[in-house]
Amino acid sequence: MSVETTALDTADCACLSPAEVRDDFPALSRRVGDYPLAYLDNTAATLKPRAVIESIARFYADCPANVHRGIHLLSEEATDAYESARGKVARFINAPRADEVVFTRNTTEGLNLLAYSYAMPRLKPGDEILSTVMEHHANIIPWQIVAEHTGCTLRFARIQPNGQLDLDDWHSKLNERTKIATCAHVSNVLGVVNPVRELAQAAHRVGAVFIVDGAQSAPHMPVDVRELGCDFFSCSAYKLLGPFGIGALWGRYELLESMPPYQTGGSMIHTVMLEGTSFALPPQRFEAGTPAIGDSVGFGAAIDYITGIGMDRLHAREVQLSAYLHHRLGEVPGLRVIGDWYPGKPGIASFVMDCAHPHDVAQFLNEEGVAVRAGHHCAAPLHTFLDIEATTRASLYLYNTEAEVDQLITALGTVREIFS
Amino acid sequence: MDLKTLYRDIILDHYKRPRNTGALEHPSVEARCKNPACGDRVLLQLSVADGRVAQVGLQGTGCAVSQASASMMTEAVKGARLEDARAKLHEFRRMLVDGVDEAQLDKQVLGDLLTLQGVAKLHARVKCALCGWSALEAALDQREDEVDLELDKSLPEAKAGGM
Repeated sequence: MSVETTALDTADCACLSPAEVRDDFPALSRRVGDYPLAYLDNTAATLKPRAVIESIARFYADCPANVHRGIHLLSEEATDAYESARGKVARFINAPRADEVVFTRNTTEGLNLLAYSYAMPRLKPGDEILSTVMEHHANIIPWQIVAEHTGCTLRFARIQPNGQLDLDDWHSKLNERTKIATCAHVSNVLGVVNPVRELAQAAHRVGAVFIVDGAQSAPHMPVDVRELGCDFFSCSAYKLLGPFGIGALWGRYELLESMPPYQTGGSMIHTVMLEGTSFALPPQRFEAGTPAIGDSVGFGAAIDYITGIGMDRLHAREVQLSAYLHHRLGEVPGLRVIGDWYPGKPGIASFVMDCAHPHDVAQFLNEEGVAVRAGHHCAAPLHTFLDIEATTRASLYLYNTEAEVDQLITALGTVREIFS
Repeated sequence: MDLKTLYRDIILDHYKRPRNTGALEHPSVEARCKNPACGDRVLLQLSVADGRVAQVGLQGTGCAVSQASASMMTEAVKGARLEDARAKLHEFRRMLVDGVDEAQLDKQVLGDLLTLQGVAKLHARVKCALCGWSALEAALDQREDEVDLELDKSLPEAKAGGM
């Protein structure tokens, strides 16, 4: 595998320099024993800038009241904060309407919501759902449950040896019985970017809706749901510098309007009587109970932060550092990256080493301050498909540097030395 | 003991040259254990005679901690009386799962196993170290079903399965 290393000098690049942002992240000053922290586990969760942390603290200090326009001042402020955050998410993904954005706990909850509210009432025996073998469990298991309950058939498109989706296989499995097609926009293990626009068009031609798992794309590249042409898009705040506990599900209004609620209770109703209840319009219909208001403020602040930097600049920088990461990994003997590098590959590199098991690798990397993740990364079927037990995964975000990649490579040298 | 020393001096020796490997010709009992989060697997066979573990046959795959711990287990129990094997198992669990202080461990019973005490602090690796020992327990109890450490509520929650 040869990796083009275009100019590694960031001064030449019209992209972000990590020096612009690193001081904003308090966790980056942590040390692991004698070593500086090299946080390369961004696919799992990202660090938080002060602006996000402070926005949440300020909310809790100033107006931690409940939403839904309670007449008093603090409630108005809380409602404005919550709805303003919703607007920010809508603009971030270029949704046509803010009321097409439902706040969820995370990407997983968004996909579960679709399984229960969109799929369960609609699908019947003979209908099909098309997913892929590379999916995160959140985009597999809810559909397994749907198949079990409705009698529909769940199918999985394969990947090619280089990690890319096997488009021939995908198209051959898409047919007029397909009612839902879904895939990850970016694979959390392989780092491949799926051609969502093309897939959504193909899905629509057979009368299927297209659902995008956007957990790994929304943080790392410009996302425009209108341009993608998908019907639903689910993502998480904590993967784009926001707090844990909140995410967003975007869906076409006419589809959301046709769906029954997912959870029921307060806030999502129109009229409630003992004899029966009618439900609110979207998005409130899908937001039962008191929401994570403080976290929505943090979500909005995170979006402000990364849009302030510019998603194009952020993306360009990440692609550049990803090339460097893959280039250096390619120099380590006995190390194989799963999912070939290609120009533009996101900063996700999952790999195996001949000499040591991923958990032992991660253990020694931690000894030298390098944070990576080891295991199946909630993509066990993918690992089974590849006949690999587990992988070690390094993943980048805007604050990572070439020096941190070098730190990783040095630590891998230690692993080789100890295990040979 | 730091991590490098733990691996260099103890774990890697057993990982690269695991003891008592292979299938037994006439096993009295066989047990299996897996640690799904890590992919560790152990198949343990014992042949028991006169109340002692006469022969041990270990087959396994997985991370260095799991395979080394299983290998050390086979050395600890081979030739031992069944009740002594149980005593080692009990003391090993006290060291690794309960995190009992060195001063309160029975060093005579543990012997060389004491060197694995450092693993008790690596919470994500405790299940790895336990894999072989849980297979031993199942073998001594003559339980046929594969032990799945993910389903063992007595163990620490932390796991390295990953996101």
